[in-house]
Amino acid sequence: MIAAFKNFMDWIDARLPVTETYEKHMSKYYAPKNFNFWYYFGVLGFIVLVNQLMTGIWLTMSYNPTGEGAFASVEYIMRDVEFGWLLRYMHSTGASAFFVVVYLHMFRGLLYGSYQKPRELIWIFGMLIYVALMAEGFFGYLLPWGNMSFWGAQVIVSLAGAIPFVGEDLAVWIRGDFNMSGVTLNRFFALHVVLVPLVLLVLVVLHVLALHEVGSNNPDGVDIKKNVDEDGKPLDAIPFHPYYTIGHDLPAIVVFLFIFCAVMFFYPDGGGYLIEHPNYEPADPLKTPDLIAPVWYYTPFYSMLRAATFPLFGLDAKFWGLVVMAGAIAIPFVLPWLDKSPVRSIRYKGTPSKVFLTLFVISFFILGYLGTVHPTPIKTMIAQICTAIYYAYFLLMPWYTSVEATKPVPERLTMP
Amino acid sequence: MSEDGADKGRRNFLIGANLVVGSVGVVGWAVPFVASFNPSAKALAAGAPIKVDVSKLGPGGILGPIPAWRDKPIFIVKRSDTMLGKLNSQNTRLADPGSEREQQPEYAKNDTRSIRPDILVLVGLCTHLSCSPKFRPALKPETFDPEWLGGFYCPCHGSKFDLAGRVYAGVPAPSNMEVPPHYFESDSVIVIGEDEGTA
Amino acid sequence: MKLVSACLLFGLSLSVMAAESTIPLLNMTPDLDDKASLQRGAKTYMNYCLGCHSLQYQRYERTANDLGIPHDLILEHLIFDPDTRIGSLIENSLSLSSAKTWFGAAPPDLTLYTSLKGTPDYIYTYLKSFYADPARPFGVNNLLFENVGMPHVLLDLQGLPRKVCKTKLEADGSTQEPCETDVIVDGRYMLEVDGSGSMSPDEYDRVAYDLTNFLYYVAEPTRQERERLGVYVLLFLAFFFVFTYLLGREYTKEFH
Repeated sequence: MIAAFKNFMDWIDARLPVTETYEKHMSKYYAPKNFNFWYYFGVLGFIVLVNQLMTGIWLTMSYNPTGEGAFASVEYIMRDVEFGWLLRYMHSTGASAFFVVVYLHMFRGLLYGSYQKPRELIWIFGMLIYVALMAEGFFGYLLPWGNMSFWGAQVIVSLAGAIPFVGEDLAVWIRGDFNMSGVTLNRFFALHVVLVPLVLLVLVVLHVLALHEVGSNNPDGVDIKKNVDEDGKPLDAIPFHPYYTIGHDLPAIVVFLFIFCAVMFFYPDGGGYLIEHPNYEPADPLKTPDLIAPVWYYTPFYSMLRAATFPLFGLDAKFWGLVVMAGAIAIPFVLPWLDKSPVRSIRYKGTPSKVFLTLFVISFFILGYLGTVHPTPIKTMIAQICTAIYYAYFLLMPWYTSVEATKPVPERLTMP
Repeated sequence: MSEDGADKGRRNFLIGANLVVGSVGVVGWAVPFVASFNPSAKALAAGAPIKVDVSKLGPGGILGPIPAWRDKPIFIVKRSDTMLGKLNSQNTRLADPGSEREQQPEYAKNDTRSIRPDILVLVGLCTHLSCSPKFRPALKPETFDPEWLGGFYCPCHGSKFDLAGRVYAGVPAPSNMEVPPHYFESDSVIVIGEDEGTA
Repeated sequence: MKLVSACLLFGLSLSVMAAESTIPLLNMTPDLDDKASLQRGAKTYMNYCLGCHSLQYQRYERTANDLGIPHDLILEHLIFDPDTRIGSLIENSLSLSSAKTWFGAAPPDLTLYTSLKGTPDYIYTYLKSFYADPARPFGVNNLLFENVGMPHVLLDLQGLPRKVCKTKLEADGSTQEPCETDVIVDGRYMLEVDGSGSMSPDEYDRVAYDLTNFLYYVAEPTRQERERLGVYVLLFLAFFFVFTYLLGREYTKEFH
């Protein structure tokens, strides 16, 4: 039996490098021994991705991407299709879970300097995944064709109109109509279920390939390849499989699924945060909801958009809102070149880095909250301050990381 | 990294336990995906029983392929006395003259495969590959059968059925045409899609 | 710490997105286990509401099965259109254009109304907030929905509620002077029915409760199934966690 299996694998391996690939990425991929809590979110992202793909494919089987039929077909899924309600809640809750996981995964990168040389490409692929994910979420949010779907997309597409000269034409081009319509819905459906998922999958593969080329960072930011045994295997590392897959990740995946299912089964609309209340009525181009708030994962950027309230250099505030928002998404791309610190991990960086990171995270949360409520003069002012802090974290980084005093980095990993 | 026998046994037990419990989880996870392929409430509602008025149907006539039940064509044939007289005269040429295979409800398992001798109700699909057979009622030689006593001829692959929907031997179709559940609500109205008294 | 904040953001249930209303909502706690209440609510709905407000995403058959109403009972007493079958959606034949002429706006479909408002309290309060207002076309107005275009269809059950006025109270009820100041308690106008309805105030409250309870059910008919299944799934995951944790420790203890 075992001999037969070995023969079979030899036959395959002579034609396709299955064993070699498995060893390179699993059983002989050496990961640092001191991964902690923050290292769960990569694999969790993978779990959620699979969930979104599977439930998404199944939803398309019963969904009707037309202006006339979309809203009713979602209710059809919720009521008439066996377990359709579960598939839909898995998908809608999964969308939010995806962003939770990705935000925490990105925060890990900031915390331990995982974007620093030689991991710049990993970070850039990761940022591209994040942007693709935002696009995916945006296109997908229109599909239920509820009133918030409609107006949320309306607002964001209109944003394209802020671009000088070509803006209005561009907005019409994106919509394929003079207002949001079934035509827009239909193309967003194609983008949401085919194009963007394809791009996402390719990016995920590149992200992982780039990671496995240079190896994982760790909470100490120590280069584990400096200390190797006689076989060239890092002393402070263990094979990813089974030690991390089963030892570290599997229990965490189950805990994550527990939290996920608790939300999905008992608070599927998340009190209006995961499925917004106005989305329980069909899209109505003549009736704007009282408060247009995007889903929570976009609200930090939405706040920044609204924080631009004054014209500058002869261009109106609407345009600057777009610039501020787009800039906030674009600026993390160059993070690897903004960080001048000789150390990676926050553990050995100086106080300024810690202060800035803390303020950055707090600002991000405040911006996120502000994006869900009606703006008032005082709230707009807070949003402006938080936007400034957000930008300062990145733009001042070359300065504060180069002048601050760092602690010495140990030769070997510190074990928890 | 020492491993004595007890540790190894414990680990193997835990691996086995995880595989078992994990498999249960995967099966549970798969349930909604599999179940969602079943006909939805909408399909079931569209497939609800239909009522057909047969009062206008004359001897030798057929109603079909409309009305359809569950989007399948339904044939309702009123057989004339001549047809009924010859119906069981060629039983040796049939594959299943006694309707032994379960292609009809119990109340249609008889010589005429019907509740009332004259009225035949069939699902109008060939049991070979689900083409809809043509109604050839005339008792006269046909190109496909010189001794034709009337019945259904499938143009797709040449299967032949008699006027009770029974399949001839030596054709691709394996079994008699299906008789759907039905009952007479009155002399002229047939309910197709459910047995009497199940509503 | 940050995880906690993230979870808060994820699961937090704030009312910031609930519909804003002019008066405080009356609280009602739905009870989906109370089948009798749901059945009464369904009956009231079919008799008084369905003429104008469809439930076009919900089917009679599912409603009957979920609420434990025999199909023939539904067909005989609650379905008035001979073409409508048990598997049909709960629609009505009100034409949109004539509805707009009569009421000024098309009556909304109510299948998802309690979800749209984020709470069943809204409809419950609405049903109990009609009051006499001769200035309106149907002679009634609504405290919750100012200048509502809808008549008070439960008028013959509740009777006509009037705003309680200060002048009336001070004048010992002897004169019917027009009110100058309405009596407001807990942010709500005091209403008093005129006794012309066939029901006592308690009975009418029951009708409003049952109707709201029914609409809460209709908004998400799978709610109970979802919560029941959720308990099993969470129990299973908790059980599975024990095994994964023990196995995981077998591996992590080798290098920790």
